[in-house]
Amino acid sequence: MASTADHADHADHAGDAGHAHHEPGFVKKYLWSTDHKMIAMQYLFTGMVMALIGGYFAYAFRMQMAFPGQHVPGFGFMAPGEYNGLVTSHGTIMIFWVAMPVLLAAFGNFLIPLMIGCDDMVFPRLNRLSYQIFLISAVVLVASFFVHGGPFGGAWTAYPPLSAKAEYNLTPLGATLWLVAVALEFVAFLLGGINFVTTAMNARAPGMRMWDIPIVIWMIVLASIMFMASVGPLVAGAAMLLFDQTLGTAFYDPARGGDPILWQHLFWFFGHPEVYVVLLPALGIVAEVMTVFARKKLFAYKTVLYTAIATGILGFFVWAHHQFIAGIDPRMANVFTVTTVLISVPIGEMCFVYIATLYGGSIRLTTPMLWALAFLAEFLIGGVTGIFLGASGSDIYLHDTYFVLAHFHYTFFPIAIIAVFAGITYWYPKMFGRMLNETLGKIHFWITIVGFNMAFIPLFICGAAGDHRRIYDYSSFPDLAKPYLQNLRILATVGTIVILFGQIFFLINFFRSLRGGPVAGPNPWRANTLEWTVPSPPPHGNFAVMPTVYRGPYEYSVPGREEDFWPQNLPD
Amino acid sequence: MKPIATTRSATGIPTGRLALWWVVGSEIVIFGGLLASYIMHRIGHPEFGDYAAHTNTWAGALNTFVLLTSSLFAVLAHQAAEKGDGRKAHRFLWYTIGGAVTFLVVKGFEWTHEIHQGYTITANAFWSFYYTAAGLHGLHVIAGAIVMGVVAHKAKRNEELQRVELVGIYWHFVDIVWIFLFPLLYIAK
Repeated sequence: MASTADHADHADHAGDAGHAHHEPGFVKKYLWSTDHKMIAMQYLFTGMVMALIGGYFAYAFRMQMAFPGQHVPGFGFMAPGEYNGLVTSHGTIMIFWVAMPVLLAAFGNFLIPLMIGCDDMVFPRLNRLSYQIFLISAVVLVASFFVHGGPFGGAWTAYPPLSAKAEYNLTPLGATLWLVAVALEFVAFLLGGINFVTTAMNARAPGMRMWDIPIVIWMIVLASIMFMASVGPLVAGAAMLLFDQTLGTAFYDPARGGDPILWQHLFWFFGHPEVYVVLLPALGIVAEVMTVFARKKLFAYKTVLYTAIATGILGFFVWAHHQFIAGIDPRMANVFTVTTVLISVPIGEMCFVYIATLYGGSIRLTTPMLWALAFLAEFLIGGVTGIFLGASGSDIYLHDTYFVLAHFHYTFFPIAIIAVFAGITYWYPKMFGRMLNETLGKIHFWITIVGFNMAFIPLFICGAAGDHRRIYDYSSFPDLAKPYLQNLRILATVGTIVILFGQIFFLINFFRSLRGGPVAGPNPWRANTLEWTVPSPPPHGNFAVMPTVYRGPYEYSVPGREEDFWPQNLPD
Repeated sequence: MKPIATTRSATGIPTGRLALWWVVGSEIVIFGGLLASYIMHRIGHPEFGDYAAHTNTWAGALNTFVLLTSSLFAVLAHQAAEKGDGRKAHRFLWYTIGGAVTFLVVKGFEWTHEIHQGYTITANAFWSFYYTAAGLHGLHVIAGAIVMGVVAHKAKRNEELQRVELVGIYWHFVDIVWIFLFPLLYIAK
């Protein structure tokens, strides 16, 4: 019934478009569009530009670590304050302006309407507003690099009193702009998240039951809900910090009845769920890629879903493991140790489910599949090292060392880089209508993976040997200035340069294939989900005839069928 | 022109109402975080009670009464909109806006008085919380009043009557936040 109404509506729509067809101008098409696909591209390209900035910063401060006090080619000499600013900006950019916009906003915007079978988000103008606020937030952050005093240098976690008082951080404007940028970014993602959740709940194609929704959509929706539920206290906390900075209020000032630890609670109550906010979409992307290239049904769809929900709930009860040495009650530390170790159960379960999906499949080692497999392997190292940090006993020793840094890069790099490349290389034909070059793709993959492990395995050793994260130059610490540690630091820096070098192959491949790649056709991977039933790239309005869904998204290699895939919209 | 997506309702809940509940949900955690922070401080600092003694409980009580009454008008506006009587809904919405304005005027007198006595936002953590929490709530009152003006303008011509309910839900939320703020900031001495 609903489907007939849709058909009729859409026929009218197509007729109107036929009569009043005109090419929209540049601004209307690229900057002021309400089309979810264009907004996804805006988020993707903004994220890519920010990733290059963040990568450049990483290069600069890693060079300082490897060759302290020497001239850094392409940067110059680095002062201690500059070093702090670069490290802070790198962390802030990579999490808030790369991982979030690409994983949640770019993939969310592109995939949700296409995969659930509708023509756009339920609130297209709200969607446009969300990107515009996000763009302003990026501009504010970049502007903070150029103000008097330089960018904020108090770490991306922005603990007071360092972040609250200009006489401590010496960046009066930079600290405020940083905070304003982060707050605007939160507003953008709250608007976007409400849109995602409402769209996925209400605008599904007729026939699409809860269990027919592709896992990646579930993951993006769960991540949006987690973001909404966790960011609120930090929005309040950010307002309080802003007032402390600008008005001189007493929220985080113990001398006047405030408490600096309050910020740590508010920050990590958001900050830890945030890890899962970006992890879940990454796991979703990997699920889509793996089922297609193993030509096999996802092992235990419902288990994946329940596990993700369990992760989402448990993720709210682990935040204080970031604060074991902040003077919290040891009894509380025990509770948080238990919850932290518990949360590795659902995540481990998810890894096993993916391995079970691969088992017995006919695996094709295409570029997206290589990225997806690398995600599992590398994320595993990140997860296992997390146990050492989640247990309060060992964390007291390892806290704030390079071990922590290597650990969270082994979680965030697979999430924000490896899974994102799996997604980009997988959906590129759908986004731009052309195939990427497989050879360049594989060169890019291997250089990135080798560089990544070369950069961060040495840092585990440095951290275990006692390297503190926030030191600008080790030469004045005799115990840490030993040659073997310095060699490891140089190795890590070389790894960073290798990663950055590898991205040149990606950029060449990306931009060359836009025009020069072989034409993809609607379904180059022979996949089941609805986005592969429309032309590549999909036209405005996506579906010529609104689809009806007859089955789940992972019906690959079904016995008795001639084809090894079975599109969701194909009647029995 | 609305996309097909906007007209669908797989859950059976109208899209506008569904989205509004998510908005309210995200607002609850914002105020929740602020109030939880305040409560933790209040427990740890008995002297907050002495500072709270300087707030004007009667003005707070008056404002509680004003907000609750305005919420009643929001309900009456919804009732009228349900019956398709846009003009009546428009009138009740303006009564609600009147409540919002009264609330802000009372608040203005209170704050002026307190600031004159030297209890500014920077005096100590209690007053920082007092002005920030009530100020954030006040911003929601102002935003609600503006949105209600827009909805009332349309409702008068019997357009978009479903929005009367949505703005009413939001207004009840603003009201409930105050129900928490009033005892926490004024009464707990």
